[in-house]
Amino acid sequence: MAKTNIAAITGNEAMAEAMRQINPDVVAAYPITPATEIVQIFASCVADGLVDTEFVPVESEHSAMSACIGASAAGGRTMTSTSSQGLALMAEMLYIAAGLRLPIVLADVNRALSSPINIHCDHSDTMMVRDSGWIQIFSENAQEAYDNMVQAVKIAETASLPVIVTTDGFIISHGMERVELIDDKEVKDFVGQKKLGHYLLNLEKPITVGALDLQDYYFEHRRQLAEAMKESKAIILDIAKEFKAKTGRSYGLFEVYNLEDAECAILAMGSTAGTTKVVVDALRAKGIKAGLLKPRVFRPFPKEEIANAIKNIKAVAVLDRSDSLNGHEGPLCAEVKAALFDKGINKGVLNYIYGLGGREIGLEDIGSVYKDLGELINGKKKDKITYLGVRE
Amino acid sequence: MAIEKKKGWKELPKSDVIEGGGTAKEFKTGDWRSERPVHIPEKCVHCLTCWIYCPDSAVIVKDGKMVGFDYDYCKGCGICAHECPVKGKAIKMVSEKEAKRK
Repeated sequence: MAKTNIAAITGNEAMAEAMRQINPDVVAAYPITPATEIVQIFASCVADGLVDTEFVPVESEHSAMSACIGASAAGGRTMTSTSSQGLALMAEMLYIAAGLRLPIVLADVNRALSSPINIHCDHSDTMMVRDSGWIQIFSENAQEAYDNMVQAVKIAETASLPVIVTTDGFIISHGMERVELIDDKEVKDFVGQKKLGHYLLNLEKPITVGALDLQDYYFEHRRQLAEAMKESKAIILDIAKEFKAKTGRSYGLFEVYNLEDAECAILAMGSTAGTTKVVVDALRAKGIKAGLLKPRVFRPFPKEEIANAIKNIKAVAVLDRSDSLNGHEGPLCAEVKAALFDKGINKGVLNYIYGLGGREIGLEDIGSVYKDLGELINGKKKDKITYLGVRE
Repeated sequence: MAIEKKKGWKELPKSDVIEGGGTAKEFKTGDWRSERPVHIPEKCVHCLTCWIYCPDSAVIVKDGKMVGFDYDYCKGCGICAHECPVKGKAIKMVSEKEAKRK
């Protein structure tokens, strides 16, 4: 197993460290709170000659993704980072990166989308681009942020799809935690050399990238993209296996915590899952069969697998740290309900929209959700959607 | 005209990539025309003004003399005929229908 170095670092530092060890060919980026540090720290590595990366400071996030697309299409291993409005500004380019099947890795520090302007954590930014064709991997803590970045490079290049790795803004990005780092050499071995397929710098086999498709070809190309997203599920699991062999740390499409015999369960992504684990422990100590399912991979959505994991749970609550404003429920809840429906499971799923704009969610709040689930099991009628923590 | 058999999504190269260089040449944009320029050699003074102005490089010049049009790529914009300085014009625009009938 790979040698481990233990460090007390923040989520941003962990992601920057992963980038240093990966030593990508190109990083083109623009700063935005709370992601700025990732590339700022990396830029110091560039200045100190610790990496060979061609670092391109651009004038906007749109330019950052455009430059990344050019670099990746040319054949370079390319990474970047952003958040919220920055992700929104590069949105058109995100769709292009995915359509061109470029294995770019982007560290997104989840931050609320304006308006109102808010620099704190919620998942609205990555939710905004959930249809873009990027693989989305959510991190619960700094350890996962680091591990996910290392795996992401390999996932992207194997699936030929770009990957977003998230952390919760400020909560994880700026929170110092105990992180086990892998040796430089081990990371290098793990990610390996970028396998070049089609690339613009190949003068022997010239190509055109980004051509026009009329009504007769666009659909076929997009069908390929859908297939690639489907196939990426198995790739993500394979790479997690390889990662486990190297580090001993297990990753899957989601994580279950005390779910096997649970009667009530919460589904939550990101750092809130970590808080939920503490609540689950406390409830279990009292003899309450509480559990947690923490989706790690949001795109592709592990529909079958999640439905199977929760099919026997009596009452389920889905926590959404973003609202998709469809008038009924948040995005994660909608996906979970669809998954259950397709399995013929008609379970009353309760939705909780929480934590928007960095609104705190604590042990009591999560405790109240489990209390609601308990009441639901006892036949009490519960609201289908609750805005948890908002002042009425 | 043969109907091109179009590839399905499984056969196409993955992603929006077109393999090979200089592939624009295979796209015969000449079939977009609705009228075409016809050269009148007797009137032509070989000033090559039409060659300079043609936006599609569709005027064929050999040994410094204007010899005709590349109808594979000429889109029939009519700039050559418009710019021809010869009195009475050495280039006439003729409808595609009529030209094809000949």
